Amino acid sequence: MNLLEVNNLKVWDVNTGKEIIVNSSFHLKQNSCLAIVGESGSGKSVTCRAIMKLNKSYLRQSGEILFKGKNIHDLSEKEMRKKRGKNLCMILQNGMSAFDPSCVIGIHLRETLAEHFNWSKKEMSGRMKSAMESVMLKNPLEIMNKYPHQLSGGMLQRIMIALAIVLEPDIIIADEPTTALDAISQYEVIEQFKKLRERLGCSMIFISHDLAVVKNIADEVLVMKDGEIVERGKTAEVFSEPQHDYTKYLVSTRQVLSNHFNRIMEGEAVVVNS
Amino acid sequence: MASYILRRILIMIPLLIIISFVTFVLINLSPLDPAEVVLQSQGVPQITDQLIAETKEEFGMDKPFLVQYFHWFISCLQLDFGHSYVTGKPVWSLIGPAFLNTLKLTVVSSVAIIALSILLGVICAVREGKMIDKSIRGVSFFLTAMPSYWLASLMILYISVKLNLLPTSGMNSFKSYILPVAIITISYAGIYFRNVRTSMINNLNEDYVLYGRACGLSEKKITIHILRNSLQVAISIFGMAVPIILGSTVVIENVFAWPGLGSLSIQAILSRDFPIIQAYVLVLATAFVIFNTLSDIVNAVMNPKLRSNL
Amino acid sequence: MKFLKSISQDKIAAISFIVIVLTMIIGTFAPLFSPHDPNGVNMGLRYAPPSLEFLLGNDHLGRCILSRIIFGIRPSILWVLGALVISVLIGAVLGFLAGYFRGKVDAIIMRICDIMLSFPGYVMTLAIIGILGIGLGNILIAFIIVKWAWFARVIRTSVMQYSELEYVKFAKSVGISNLTIIRKHLIPVTFADIAVISSSSIGSMILQISGFSFLGLGIQAPNAEWGMMLNEARGVMFTSPELMLAPGLAIILVVSAFNFLADSLQIILNPKLSRTIKPKKNSPFSKIKNQEKEVAG
Repeated sequence: MNLLEVNNLKVWDVNTGKEIIVNSSFHLKQNSCLAIVGESGSGKSVTCRAIMKLNKSYLRQSGEILFKGKNIHDLSEKEMRKKRGKNLCMILQNGMSAFDPSCVIGIHLRETLAEHFNWSKKEMSGRMKSAMESVMLKNPLEIMNKYPHQLSGGMLQRIMIALAIVLEPDIIIADEPTTALDAISQYEVIEQFKKLRERLGCSMIFISHDLAVVKNIADEVLVMKDGEIVERGKTAEVFSEPQHDYTKYLVSTRQVLSNHFNRIMEGEAVVVNS
Repeated sequence: MASYILRRILIMIPLLIIISFVTFVLINLSPLDPAEVVLQSQGVPQITDQLIAETKEEFGMDKPFLVQYFHWFISCLQLDFGHSYVTGKPVWSLIGPAFLNTLKLTVVSSVAIIALSILLGVICAVREGKMIDKSIRGVSFFLTAMPSYWLASLMILYISVKLNLLPTSGMNSFKSYILPVAIITISYAGIYFRNVRTSMINNLNEDYVLYGRACGLSEKKITIHILRNSLQVAISIFGMAVPIILGSTVVIENVFAWPGLGSLSIQAILSRDFPIIQAYVLVLATAFVIFNTLSDIVNAVMNPKLRSNL
Repeated sequence: MKFLKSISQDKIAAISFIVIVLTMIIGTFAPLFSPHDPNGVNMGLRYAPPSLEFLLGNDHLGRCILSRIIFGIRPSILWVLGALVISVLIGAVLGFLAGYFRGKVDAIIMRICDIMLSFPGYVMTLAIIGILGIGLGNILIAFIIVKWAWFARVIRTSVMQYSELEYVKFAKSVGISNLTIIRKHLIPVTFADIAVISSSSIGSMILQISGFSFLGLGIQAPNAEWGMMLNEARGVMFTSPELMLAPGLAIILVVSAFNFLADSLQIILNPKLSRTIKPKKNSPFSKIKNQEKEVAG
């Protein structure tokens, strides 16, 4: 059975009447990772937020979003809130701004856990501590008493992953989790995402415009352009035999870059055209 | 943190000394000879050179400039600002109570301004772009363009005289506060609620709100986070506003005959009563510096990002 | 021209702009536009209601209110604008010196600004009026003395930002003279910032100066000035409140026009300024107050 099924999802702006997602249908199998690729403004983030029912109030959505067979559009705000975090966990792009700048990190973590579990303060700290250690964060207790601006983007990203580990959600939705990071942190975070899947056995929706990352982590890929899904399929197939022109373009631009890179690495002389 | 607060308080001392010096120099820049002013304001019919010389000696005006400043500064520390040229009363006996009255008006108005600004700011932010947001901003635009003394006069005419609801002037009961406070609040809240609104809106669109919701936090908790962050901006703005209001209630005080610094200073300016003007500047500038320091400290305590930069 | 084009697309801004330009023209050529002598006393027409000959009626001395309003534009608006221009100029010169050359010049100018800004502006203005004596000229001088420091501060920040840009650094490194760099590369870009900050303070300045006149510190009788007219009207407020109407509405109209225009200017010229500037590092001696708005008209 599909864990998540999206049928005919449509999202539009009430003020301008503009359609942001035209008519999307896709599904997510248990224990798999679906990547959504596309340039900014193609509707990737809006799709994810639609699943969370967290789009801005001027965006309306219609269609079916079935989570474990139940349409989330039929859920009340209160029921939906119970699902957020516990069942559907989101990880944002920019760790720096994802936490309230005027509180220490621990406050957000504790508030979230208190919302979903009846744990004592001590148990929360204990679980957070071991989760944070598992994502290679040293001195977790100290980190929990720090303000966001005192930590690096990569660390904050891993804190979000650690929170996801404790929450044990069914689906993790990661919205460009590596875009704001430098190359080394990017690598570390991706490794943590892979481990996360192995460990929790959960499904994942992974949004990115970085094809290398997607190739590395996803089982299936959706390619979006202007609010429409223009191509879908197994990751390897989409990358080796792209059907749609846009996908071909995406893959080829990447190819050019990496070819260039490979040439340099192989020590060929690079002719600079001036 | 403690060291920052101490540093901020210590830095006030040189600042206050400079302020006192500037105040002293300012009065001595007057194109008139102060001795002559003294005699004129006492209504002496014929001012002779001998009288001027005597007055100079009496007021210590014949001494070197820095010595005069030093004497003046020392006596200011003891709240002795000299005597009024006109009435001969000690300046502090006039300034002290007037300052208290102005302070009362300022504090009550500031509380009203803060309450109204936050209320309107939050309403407009939550309903951004809707009818209520637009109309509140539109009305506030015209209210801030209104001369406050004009509005005050109209209110006196219609509310106090025609309807006989509130006193026209003076400071007798809590009723006396209503009109002046209302006028000051209208003029300032119209500016400051915009800041609350903008900072609320900026915060509503922050990622931490989205992430908080995505983690399933209740709206109540999220609102507390937003308020916490937007109030920081609001508080820093109000920190600047309070001393400014303290110094600019002059016109309103005059319209309502409020027995405060504003009324006193205008009297002093019209009769060129220099010691009072001097004390007025010194007292308000000191209060200004103290309030600014306080607001900086409160800001630093509230804002962890600032705190770690100190 | 680009400016006029953007203004014409914004209806409120366009109307405000027309109101301001008309007011300034009428004020400059007041003798041509005013139907009567603004100071012509006519005891027979005291408190006369509006008539064809006297469109806005007559005041407590039988003077033509319309003519007084028209002549009042000069001290109430034009002279205030003049004072604003002078203080912005002083602020701009010092701000450029401090922001461009940095070093000792900057330190000295900024310390003086700090001292000036540690006095509440309104109180300082009153004190200077107290020392120089009452009169509109002295009020304007007081305003110039008090306001320049704030302009210098803001303009310095703006100049510093642009001086850091690569093309300015490049111009410096290839040996173009400082004066040329300032003239060619800095004045055009900082002009937008200067226009925004000065336009946004006109409204409150007009209100404040009319407030001083209202208190009797400004222009002396029998000359016409809007705040002064309100002061005279206040004396007879209970018997003929309608005298408060014309000058009050005139002030509201012009100040609103300036405020609306300033808002549009800000959006057209410098959209990033319209967001609240979050307080950054604040050291006691260097505190930029982006909200130095004083209402006390």
